[in-house]
Amino acid sequence: MLLLKGARLVDPQLGLDSIANLLIDGERIAAVGTDVTAPQGAQVRDMSGKVIMPGFIDVHVHLREPGQEYKETIATGSRAAVKGGFVGVAPMANTNPVCDTGSRVTFLLEREQEEAVCRIHPIGACTKGLKGETLAEIGDMVAAGAVAFSDDGRGVQDDGVMRRVMDYVKMFDKCVMSHCQREDLVGSGVVNEGVVSTRLGMAGWPAAGEEIQISRDIALSNLTRCKLHIQHITTAAGVELVQRAKAAGIPVTCEVTPHHLFLCEDDIGVDYDTNLKMNPPLRTAKDTKALQEALIRGDIDCVATDHAPHAAHEKALEFELAPFGTTGLESAVALLMDRLVNSGRMGYDRLVQVLSVNPRKVLGLEPLRLEAGAIADLSIVDPNAKLIVGEGGFESKSANSAFLGWELSGAPSDVYVGGVARMIDGKLV
Amino acid sequence: MKARNLITIQDLDRQDIIEVLDTARSFKAINDRTIKKLPTFRGRTIINLFMEPSTRTRTSFEIAAKRLSADAINMTGSSSSTVKGESLADTAQTLAAMNCDLVVIRHRYAGAPGILAKNMDCHVINAGDGKHQHPTQTLLDLFTMRETFGHIAGLKVGIVGDIVHSRVAGSLAPALTMLGADVTFVGAPTLMPSRSDVLGAKVSYHLDPVLPDFDVLYMLRVQQERLDNSPFPSIREYSMLYGIDERRLEAMKPGAIIMHPGPINRGVELSAAAADSPRTKILDQVNAGVAVRMALMYLMLGGDENASA
Repeated sequence: MLLLKGARLVDPQLGLDSIANLLIDGERIAAVGTDVTAPQGAQVRDMSGKVIMPGFIDVHVHLREPGQEYKETIATGSRAAVKGGFVGVAPMANTNPVCDTGSRVTFLLEREQEEAVCRIHPIGACTKGLKGETLAEIGDMVAAGAVAFSDDGRGVQDDGVMRRVMDYVKMFDKCVMSHCQREDLVGSGVVNEGVVSTRLGMAGWPAAGEEIQISRDIALSNLTRCKLHIQHITTAAGVELVQRAKAAGIPVTCEVTPHHLFLCEDDIGVDYDTNLKMNPPLRTAKDTKALQEALIRGDIDCVATDHAPHAAHEKALEFELAPFGTTGLESAVALLMDRLVNSGRMGYDRLVQVLSVNPRKVLGLEPLRLEAGAIADLSIVDPNAKLIVGEGGFESKSANSAFLGWELSGAPSDVYVGGVARMIDGKLV
Repeated sequence: MKARNLITIQDLDRQDIIEVLDTARSFKAINDRTIKKLPTFRGRTIINLFMEPSTRTRTSFEIAAKRLSADAINMTGSSSSTVKGESLADTAQTLAAMNCDLVVIRHRYAGAPGILAKNMDCHVINAGDGKHQHPTQTLLDLFTMRETFGHIAGLKVGIVGDIVHSRVAGSLAPALTMLGADVTFVGAPTLMPSRSDVLGAKVSYHLDPVLPDFDVLYMLRVQQERLDNSPFPSIREYSMLYGIDERRLEAMKPGAIIMHPGPINRGVELSAAAADSPRTKILDQVNAGVAVRMALMYLMLGGDENASA
């Protein structure tokens, strides 16, 4: 048994926010309270100054295995997740081969058992080979353990196919996660259409190319009543669409990435830093501000990283040729701590909502609570810890972070997965 | 001149540009002589790295380098759209290992000259990067305007055509704005960047109402190879709306000139009458190109340590 002593415990699901002790027995929480003491022979860890919360889940990552193990593997990606304060991640299906059958889901879950230090919640493809044409074997994947479905990376272009996907997924009571990109509008766009596309002379990706697809998917969710989750939303108008749909009772949720929260198109300078090449692209400063406000207000449900590791030689290419994406697992929680929590703009209760409660709902996972009997998946932050992004290297195999060199105050310090310490005082166990 | 490289026109300030243009004037005089060669850069190596087909710009740079007695080497390559082959960063390091003094780069993708500059110590001049900028074209255009009018401030310049795909417009408009000229982009909305104001330009979708205001009518080349997914219905309609024919030649302000970065499409953006009209300065631009590039190299490399040894 292990007693975590003197931390601030925050769980909005229980209305809990107080300094108390938490006793772990095996994989579960045995007791929580100020009067909880260490039984004979129990280990005790002093956690004073730290904040213990129900474990954080990242609903949107790319772990690259199988197929692109030179960028990331289940092992390194899960280590990056723990280092960043997460107890679980949901890898997207755009691996090679694509995760579009039960056996490929099984492969991921076997790898989880063999190599992962956090939980892996596999996302299955909506369509075979992510081609957007015919249904993937969704039932088989559900049976194998897939938690939700997405053609992330490009999104289903054909309206009829998307309707069929949603109709079909509904019978398993799972969620369709949608990458909203209208390819005929986006074309070869590599940055936001507007100031930055003009200034740097590159093809632009208009916000409408995202918003039209969000509208379509909301209409199809309304038609099919299938749960819909809008991935990496980037514009104020997109948030408004989701907000209106929620008000109309349509089962839709959405996520935002740290890079769309804290970076904008103006950050892309004449050095053409390819770590800032994203899909969807960084939008305007106005959008960034609106996204932060929507997250704090509660209109955006989750923060997800879209952790997209790429090898250095790939990101060293010309901007128009380099692959899209930034890594995110190891900086996301620290960014939220520094920019929103420590600055007083957002409380820990909201942090738990966007990193644990809502992500678990989206994936259809049982809620995690800081109470006796619950699984001891814990994310713990030290509000006073300092982090310089990238200093001392990454646990991820790749270093393509859009936040390299950012000095952040407040960082994840400890992680417990099923009662097992995976990180203690910022160091992986 | 303070700039070590010329990647974007913003690497030069107003004073740098004037210095290049003044210096180019002396080189232009030398280019009119029978013996055109100066010993200035004897023993120095200049590489023209052209990763995209170009005849005019490459030749102009080559002549400029040779007239300054540098050893000018032309390298061509294809900047293929795949990851295969040598990366630009590796090419840069390879060239650096050969101890060259200056690399002139033309590349299909925006920002490529910056990758080169980041990976090698020698000077880098951008000879056109994707749809971004073409700063030496801008310098020779400014030279031509200044020689014609005696000044650039106050000139009204209309840049006509496919602005969004034009690296020429991408560097000319901000430079003209920096020097106090008044720039208007003329073309269909399908040919416009989404934020022309970022480049310092006003916009007119129609040519005829603004044509009589311009001192300089800068015609861009219609990229006929792009007509698959065409931003306009036909060449015929393009010429109707934006081509310079005799009627439009007549409507121009007295003393106004026509410029074009070349090569021209006769009968498309310029009728034969317009192309051969005395208003047209296209060959003056080409002539200025050599002098301006000599001036730029002279100012950029001349300050190097041991440059005169």
